[in-house]
Formats: sequence, structure tokens, C-alpha cells
Amino acid sequence: MTYESAAAFAQTSGLIYFVGIFTAVCLYAFWPRNRARFDAAAHLPLIED
Amino acid sequence: MAAAPVPKHMTEGEVGLGLTLLVGALLCGLASARAVDAPFGIHMNLFALAGLAGIAGILKRYEGRPALAPPQEIDGRPNYNLGPVKFASIAAMAWGIAGFLVGCIIAFQLWAPALNLGLEYTGFGRLRPLHTSAVIFAFGGNVLIGTSLYVVQRTCRARLAGDLAPWFVVLGYNLFIVIAGTGYLMGVTQSKEYAEPEWYADLWLTIVWITYLVVFLATLWKRNEPHIFVANWFYLAFIVTIAMLHVVNNLALPVTVFGSKSYPIFAGVQDALIQWWYGHNAVGFFLTAGFLAIMYYFVPKRAERPIYSYRLSIIHFWALIFMYIWAGPHHLHYTALPDWAQTLGMTFSIMLWMPSWGGMINGLMTLSGAWDKLRTDPVLRFMVVSLAFYGMATFEGPMMSIKAVNALSHYTDWTIGHVHSGALGWVAYISFGALYCLVPWLWNRREVYSLKLVEWHFWISTLGIVLYITSMWVAGIMQGLMWRAYNALGFLEYSFVETVEAMQPYYLVRALGGVLFLIGALIMAYNLAMTIAGKTSAASEPLVDTLPGSAGLAPAE
Repeated sequence: MTYESAAAFAQTSGLIYFVGIFTAVCLYAFWPRNRARFDAAAHLPLIED
Repeated sequence: MAAAPVPKHMTEGEVGLGLTLLVGALLCGLASARAVDAPFGIHMNLFALAGLAGIAGILKRYEGRPALAPPQEIDGRPNYNLGPVKFASIAAMAWGIAGFLVGCIIAFQLWAPALNLGLEYTGFGRLRPLHTSAVIFAFGGNVLIGTSLYVVQRTCRARLAGDLAPWFVVLGYNLFIVIAGTGYLMGVTQSKEYAEPEWYADLWLTIVWITYLVVFLATLWKRNEPHIFVANWFYLAFIVTIAMLHVVNNLALPVTVFGSKSYPIFAGVQDALIQWWYGHNAVGFFLTAGFLAIMYYFVPKRAERPIYSYRLSIIHFWALIFMYIWAGPHHLHYTALPDWAQTLGMTFSIMLWMPSWGGMINGLMTLSGAWDKLRTDPVLRFMVVSLAFYGMATFEGPMMSIKAVNALSHYTDWTIGHVHSGALGWVAYISFGALYCLVPWLWNRREVYSLKLVEWHFWISTLGIVLYITSMWVAGIMQGLMWRAYNALGFLEYSFVETVEAMQPYYLVRALGGVLFLIGALIMAYNLAMTIAGKTSAASEPLVDTLPGSAGLAPAE
């Protein structure tokens, strides 16, 4: 394996990996069904018991 | 049904831990007898004594405790375990003052080298790691352990998992600090920055840290709140990553198991890369992720406002942890590290602008609807200013990681100034804010002893930080420019000692800034001690009442 082929593999798979993870996180964060859960979670520190 | 008296037994945990400590103490005693160097012998004796003290503690606790284990809930409310949190809070304050004091001493030594007293124990080379470890690991570490054990209980609405384990974590961690600090003074070091402790201290910290992880995970496991709050994610990332970094960077072979000296298994540039993979992620996960967890709990709590955007906090978390881990190579620009690795580290450092500023904005905007509190509440002001410094330091850091900028800044005091705007401004200020909240909560006080003293602390230490970072900016950039100045014949314009001489006045300003910061911390320690003692002060009344026309003002909504 040459340096060029190793670099090409690392750069391409790195790009796919990071973009994939970021997309998944954004989908999870902005999924409409999760809105109520996250709004409630934002108030979590304020709940007294 | 009348409650029959329950016979008191030692729990399996008490017997097990007691026996383990006994065996450990015996082994350490034997090792001290065969020690090949004096510091190792002293440390083995310290470990043995700590083990015996642990056994005595378990027996004394057994004598005083009721037969039944403490209930998980009392009257339907979680029965929080606050003892270890209290210990960590007090330890944090004490170590903080020690660390700031040693920092002042070495700052004055740089101004007047004769202040090293000509003794090996008080030389700069030994006191410097004592300072960095005391402020990062002893002060910062106790703040992180204390707040994490508090926040995880409150946001899970569950009592801390384990009976002796949380105590083992806080006491064991502070034993590690004592071993590490006394080791530096005696010259025991493996010469890795921020990872100076030798192999036996590292092994001990590994045991303590794994226990910490298990306590934290087990508490999350038995939570009564369906959602795992974002602060717990940040704490968990901090605990898991530090475990990984600590183990890999400290892989070493001791010369003998009866001596303190060891050699790392990596060599050359590989060792350097591992070290700065560790070193920068100590910044990213110890000094950032853990303290962001504090931000996500204590800022909403103190401002009495929900988190500005919980969605942003999720993106903030995943982006931050996935990027930080790659930024380490920027510590090795223009070294034997391959060029592509340097560029990779620089690129990821610059991308870190996004999650860092996203998190800062999320923390600051949590105050929307409560901005007026900044005027009246110095505790909240500590936290907000900490976020401003966080933004400033995380702007400066990526900028300094750009290779062209780094060519000027690296090895100069600009780096020291940058680190301290993060350490004093961000880490210490958010910790001060958290401790000013936490101590009254833990000891059931309405508020700290005196908010007026908090005001004094705030302004004195802010002045100190300003003196510190401005003097280091000037000194560092001047130093970098002097190093690279050539004369008309192509020779270096300045000898090295001329650059040192030029920095002397700035070193004095920096040391005075440090003294102001220390004075602020002493005021804080007094304030917290009076709070714990249950004293109240006339000055602790809300300051807003004394302002004309402000009575009856409704909070903005």
C-alpha cells in the first residue's frame, strides 16, 4: 500500500464517517417527535423535589 | 407491625474493602522495606498508612451507622448522598488556594530567580508541575468529582450508587493528589507534561477512576428520570475519555517494582504524539467537557431559566467530543511529526470554533429573560464572565494552532497567557460560581454568607486575570519577535538572555495579577467557611433592595 492510497482511503472514509455522524446527530436533535422531550429536558435542572 | 430491632452486620462491601486495604497496606509496607530509592519508600509507607486509615475509617463508620443501609427514598423524595460531595467541595477550595499560592511563588521566581532559595525542593522545575497539578487535578478535579456526584443524583432523581464506593473515589483521588504532589517535590517525575506522576501513582489513579466510572454509570442506570440530562453526557465523556487517555499515555515499564523510575513504552515522535494526544484532550475533556457539564446544570439553576436550546446542546456535545480528540498534533508544529499530521491537528482545531462557540452561545443565551440578574447576582456574574473567557480562549486557541501564527507564538509566553485566560477565566470562574451555589445547597443555607464578599472576590480576581493575560500577550509576542529578528548581515539580532531580560517587568506584572487572584480565592474560602458555619451577614441581603425605585420590580419574562 502506497502513501497515496492510504491517504486517499483515510481521507474519504474520514469524510463519510464525520458527515454521517453529524447528519445522524442533527436528525436526532431536530426530529419533530423529540421536541416535547427536549423542551422538558431543558427544564430538568429547575425541578425541585 | 412493630419494627423489630435489626441485628447489625458488616456489609460485604465493608468486609471486602477492609480486607483489600489490609492486603494492600501489607504489600506496600513490604515494598517500602525493599525500596531502591528513598521517595519510593516514603510513598509506599504513605500508601500503607492510607490503607490502615481507610480500615480505621470503615470500622468507625460501622460503629456509628444504623443497622440498615440508608434508604433510597424518604417520604417519596430521593435520599441524596451528599457526604462525598461536601468533602470534594472543601478539598477543592483548599487545593485551589495551595495551587494558586504555588503559582504565585513560581511567577515571582521567574521575575527573581534567587527566590528558588537554591534548594532542589523549591526549584522552578519541581514547583511548576506542583502548581499545574494542584490547580488542574486537585482543584479542578475535586470540583468535577464533587459537582458530577451532585448533578447526577439531582438530574436522575436517584441516590448515588454504592455505599463505600463514592467515598473511595473522593478519598482515593485526593490520596493520588498527595502522592503526585509530594513526588514532584522529591524529584519523582516521568517528565510528561500534565502526566508527571510515576507508574505506581498512575496505577492507583486507574483503580480510583474506574470506580468513579462505575459509580457514575450505576447511578445513571438506577435513575428515576427517563431522560439522561445533557450535563451527565458531558460528565460521562469526561470520565470515559480521561480513563482512556490516562491508561494509554502512561503505558510504561518500571525499572524495578521496588523503585519509582519507569520508561514509557513509546519512543521518539510516537511518544510525543501520544503525549499531546493525551495533553490536548486533558484540555478538551478534563478542562472543557467536565466544566461544560457544570455550565449546563448550574447556569440554568442559578438564572432560574431553562437551557436556551436543548437541541443545540445535543449537537454541541457530539460535535465537541468527536473533534477535540484530533486536535493534539497542533502542539507539535514544526517538529519531527509528519507534516500531514500537523495539518490535520490544525484543521480540527479550527473546526472546533463551531462547537465551542455554539456551547458558549447556548450558555449565555440561557440568561435571556434574566439578564437583569447580572447586575444583582455576583455568583451568576462569575459564571457569565467564565463563558465570555471560554469564548475568548476558544477563539485564541484555534488561531494559535494555525501554523503561521504558531511559528510566532510557540514556546513563548503567549501560550502561557492563553492557557491562563482559559484556566483562570473559564475553568476557575465557572468553578467559583458552582461552589458558591453548591455550598449553601449542601449545608442547607439560604445563600452564601455574604454576597458583598463575592462582589469583592469577583472584581479583585478579574483585575488579576486582566493583568495576567495582558502582560503575557505583550511578553510573549515580544519574545517571539525578538527570537526571529535578524540584522542586516543575517545574524540573530538578540541573544537569548536579552530576550529573557526584556521580559522581566512583564513577569512582575503577571506575578501581581496572580497575587490578586489568590487574594480573591482567600476571600472566597472565608466566605464559604462562614456559610458552612451557618453565620449570616447583614451584607447578604439582596443588593437590589438598596437601589431607589427598584422595589417591586417584576422580573422580565
